[in-house]
Amino acid sequence: MYAVRKWAVSNARAFNNAYIALEKILSALHPIWKAIGYDRVEKPVAFIEKNIKGLLFDCKMCGQCVLHETGMSCPMNCPKELRNGPCGGVRPNGHCEVKPEMRCVWVEAWRGSKVINPNSTDSRESITNIQVAVDNRLRGKSSWLKEVRKIHEIKVVVE
Amino acid sequence: MMFDDEPAIGENLPILPGHNSSGRLERVLRAGHFAVTAEMAPPDSADPAEVYEQAALFDGVADAINATDGSGANCHMSSVGVCSLLTRKGYSMVMQISCRDKNRIAIQGDVLGASAMGVANMLCLSGDGVQAGDHPEAKPVFDLGAMTLLDTVKTMRDESRFISGRKLTTPPPVFIGAAANPFAQPYDFRVSRLAQKVEAGAQFVQTQYCFDIPMFKDYMAEAGDKGLLDKVFVLAGVGPMASAKSADWIRKNVPGVHIPDWVIQRLEGAENPKKEGQQICVEMMQQLKEIDGVAGVHVMAFRQESFVKEMVLKSGVLGDRTPWMPPQAELA
Repeated sequence: MYAVRKWAVSNARAFNNAYIALEKILSALHPIWKAIGYDRVEKPVAFIEKNIKGLLFDCKMCGQCVLHETGMSCPMNCPKELRNGPCGGVRPNGHCEVKPEMRCVWVEAWRGSKVINPNSTDSRESITNIQVAVDNRLRGKSSWLKEVRKIHEIKVVVE
Repeated sequence: MMFDDEPAIGENLPILPGHNSSGRLERVLRAGHFAVTAEMAPPDSADPAEVYEQAALFDGVADAINATDGSGANCHMSSVGVCSLLTRKGYSMVMQISCRDKNRIAIQGDVLGASAMGVANMLCLSGDGVQAGDHPEAKPVFDLGAMTLLDTVKTMRDESRFISGRKLTTPPPVFIGAAANPFAQPYDFRVSRLAQKVEAGAQFVQTQYCFDIPMFKDYMAEAGDKGLLDKVFVLAGVGPMASAKSADWIRKNVPGVHIPDWVIQRLEGAENPKKEGQQICVEMMQQLKEIDGVAGVHVMAFRQESFVKEMVLKSGVLGDRTPWMPPQAELA
């Protein structure tokens, strides 16, 4: 929902902290995911993720979430799906070139990133990090599980 | 101007040490000359003669010609086609690549194909949305965006591979460009955005129309403070407005164009608005040249391409330099 989406950006810091906490919890549950099998939990977790993030951020389930780096404003709501900042067509009132009734998601992202990090631009949450091109194979899949998998696979390698 | 190592027409210049491309534009910019680039209108036609006629309008005043890629989301002859025709004639081309119509497979193929045809400069754009053009019912692709496109071309050139990782036998020796719009929201994000584009691979940028000189000066000063102007050549966008009415229409309807009120007022008060619009364009070129860090101007004279030569010469921004032109051409 558009109104909820804007509210989430205004509270980007709280949501970012909640995200960090959620990541820890999901990561701690790794033995359970592993026991059931990541492939088997994929669908139910993706379903839950889709509904929660859909309500809060109008999530499009790209499967490679970057919300923490975009001020909790989902870049996949950009009609051009730009994941590296606004295009040159943003209107003087900060609205989208393609959808004039919608605020540019990057104007929102810029606002949200300042809520998360009022001073610093050099951090995990930095909006200036350059995002790689979308992997279209991941669409519809759970970003949360992907992150957890990444954490544990990296740990396995280190051990 | 002819270089000492000038090749036969249609062949590439040797790549100098420290250069990336075999093109004239990189040479002119790296030599510290004030460069002029001009945007041409690709025809709605399959006739090569129309392409040659358009290009000839800029003979002797442009260091490179931009071939647009479905600009404004309107369908025209492809930028690959236009560039292929004109590089055969010796012109230096800036091939615009928009992410709106092609996915990463098609784009990387075009980069190789165009480079093989002698295209030395590639301008990486996100592209206007399809709603702006003559096919609003089309599927917008946007598989890549300007930033990931810059990174893609840079990866191909510097690492000699596709972004999939597969090796190229010969990488494309190209000078990589991007667009910049200092006049769109969010304003205080725009210099960071330029920095991102430079990091992703941009070596030159061409900006939106610069009418708001004070705002542009602030942008350039901030870019200078961040050390960006040592890493990227900034070509400031200029162009003539045909009348107060059309300028007002453009600023209200064309995405990302910022035209201050004084421009409209001057056009309204003028006896001959078209001439006044061209005079404003000339003055903008002169004023932009005086701004620290501006490496050249990019002329976008939509439907007034035939006046570009006159305006550039009148502005005097080229000094005593005459850019390369085909041997048969004459400077009017």
